[in-house]
Amino acid sequence: MTRRRKALSRRQFLAAAGGTAAALTVPGRGRASAPALRENAFSMLVDTTRCIGCRSCVRACERANRLPVDEAVSDRPGPGPRLETAWNRWTTVNTEAEPGAGGMPPVFVKRQCMHCLEPACVSVCPVGAMYQTELGPVIYRAERCFGCRYCMISCPFDVPKFQWDSGLVPVIGKCQFCFQDRLLSGLSPACAEACPTGALKFGTREQTLFDAHARIRARPDRYHARVFGEEEAGGTCWLYLSDRPFDRLGFRKDLDRGSLPSLTWMVISRIPTVAAALAILFGVVAGGLKREEHGP
Amino acid sequence: MTIGGGLMLVLTGALGWVAVQTARGRLTPQVSLTGRVAVGVLWAVTLGVVIRRFIFGLGSVSGMSDRFPWGIWIGLDVMSGVALAAGGYVIAATVHVFRLDRYQPILRPTILTAFLGYNLVATALLLDIGRPYRLWHPLVMWQHHSIMFEVAWCVTLYSTVLMVEFSPVVFERLGLMRAVRAVHMIAIPLVIMGVILSTMHQSSLGSLFLIVPGKLSPLWYTPLLPVLFLMSSTAVGLAMTIVESHFSARIYGDHLDEGILEELGKAMALVLGLYLLVKLADLTARGAWGFMGPQWPQALMLILELVAGGVVPLLLVRGTGIPGAGRERLFGAACLVVAGVVVNRLNVSWFGMLPYTGFVYLPSWMEVAVTLSFVTAGIVAFGLAVRFLPVYPARHRAG
Repeated sequence: MTRRRKALSRRQFLAAAGGTAAALTVPGRGRASAPALRENAFSMLVDTTRCIGCRSCVRACERANRLPVDEAVSDRPGPGPRLETAWNRWTTVNTEAEPGAGGMPPVFVKRQCMHCLEPACVSVCPVGAMYQTELGPVIYRAERCFGCRYCMISCPFDVPKFQWDSGLVPVIGKCQFCFQDRLLSGLSPACAEACPTGALKFGTREQTLFDAHARIRARPDRYHARVFGEEEAGGTCWLYLSDRPFDRLGFRKDLDRGSLPSLTWMVISRIPTVAAALAILFGVVAGGLKREEHGP
Repeated sequence: MTIGGGLMLVLTGALGWVAVQTARGRLTPQVSLTGRVAVGVLWAVTLGVVIRRFIFGLGSVSGMSDRFPWGIWIGLDVMSGVALAAGGYVIAATVHVFRLDRYQPILRPTILTAFLGYNLVATALLLDIGRPYRLWHPLVMWQHHSIMFEVAWCVTLYSTVLMVEFSPVVFERLGLMRAVRAVHMIAIPLVIMGVILSTMHQSSLGSLFLIVPGKLSPLWYTPLLPVLFLMSSTAVGLAMTIVESHFSARIYGDHLDEGILEELGKAMALVLGLYLLVKLADLTARGAWGFMGPQWPQALMLILELVAGGVVPLLLVRGTGIPGAGRERLFGAACLVVAGVVVNRLNVSWFGMLPYTGFVYLPSWMEVAVTLSFVTAGIVAFGLAVRFLPVYPARHRAG
């Protein structure tokens, strides 16, 4: 061995070591990180054509989650800049389209966490504060959170919100799907229970998706022929129906079908191999090279 | 607001003037005094900002909001800070893995720069994260799907490695020669570990943004983000070593081997050239050039980054063969590379996000004050270390 190594020039030796290490790092195919779509996940169908903008859901949410009641905001009937969710306002209802010519009714859109099937926030959270329960709802566990706000950056729907005015104990706030207080006790989410028009329909994702497509088939004149959330960002548990293309109601239209966490997993899953290959490479190089005497 | 902004302009101007004078070898008592006064005022202001942040929250001191949750404390202090500290792994690998002993004289100051850099990054994080007293959470609450989790581990471990790598300097000062020998015995595995950790988290800072394909402009979003971040960190690690050597020579009258500086410049040019090739190939392969029209402000920032921070330094380094002028040119090229990488990190974390978010974030003058304080704290700490520790062994022996 020693004799052979001496026969190689410094450059040849480095090239051979580098080539071997590079061969080791050639990656296999990326593996998706999240489990397959769960038909049994808790799900909500929001039929915007049935929403009358009464905001009963907003008030029910405030009560159920002990959030501050903002009557003035919640009761605002008309247009205006969109009211965004906040760390202590987990859902909003905005007028997204004015009454149109020919008796077209206004369109109100409820917004809250979409509860992705493959949630970006859960995948990026370094401490597991964002957590996807077995039943689908994505919940936030404040006792783990250290406030890096990566969940906010990663969310394709910009849902998590931060408590910017707290000096020492800020939290992230977002819809919890009433998971702990109601779903686990067999109740439906507070918003769905409060909705007087059936614009919110709670069930398993299989049921709500079936129902959504049934409504589109039954009234193709009334519905835009797509269900928002069926495939966006890998699919979400909250699904939307509308009478017009969703981008006209302020929804993103550039979202891919693919899951976001897999984009990161393609890299993370390769890190152990790359690190091992580098360790071998550098070990071999450092062990194989003699300290330079004078020039190579 | 305007008073604070004005104050920051004056302080930045004063500090900039001090830096330029020092770089030109005119560190007169007047320059030195101006620097001290400016730093004193700056640190006093920053102390107030820090107190305000921990009483009234991040919103009270920063331009950050729900619409733009990561500001310059992440883009500059953390992302650029880690990149600028990359000299540590580059030179350590050169000496201990590739066994190029002639780089030994610049190893200690480079390791010191890196060690201080990582400490400043950690301090910046303590201000930026919501609950700094939980900074240790990622180390015990494992979530291995998270790039942030990996970065947290790598940065923690690498800071430890840097501390051990630098410890012989302290042991030597204290006369603990057995401890020095003990560290030297584990030097090679330690350095290899440091290089691997650096490779991982330098690239991972780019991987952080793989999760936002629709938010980050296509001018920067690419699956190659980790590769580009790693390559640019190597280039800027070399550039920082050149810049730091230049200042050290000016301030401490250190006689540097011109040959080594020239080699560092060539290595920097090589990595930079490769980086530019990959970046241009990537823009072309993804058909991203078409976005330069609709996103023209971002396009200008991209051109600034690539031309001023990439092409111009390459041209400058080509001319370093000229005797006499070489050193100045090399210093200029290295400064441009440093600036270019900082602009790149800001482009990825800030300007590249604006087409999606809208123009919703400008750093407040308080954020700027804190960032400037970190930069000056690093320089002051470096100066103190050099004064009290044998960072430049040859000089110490002579003196």
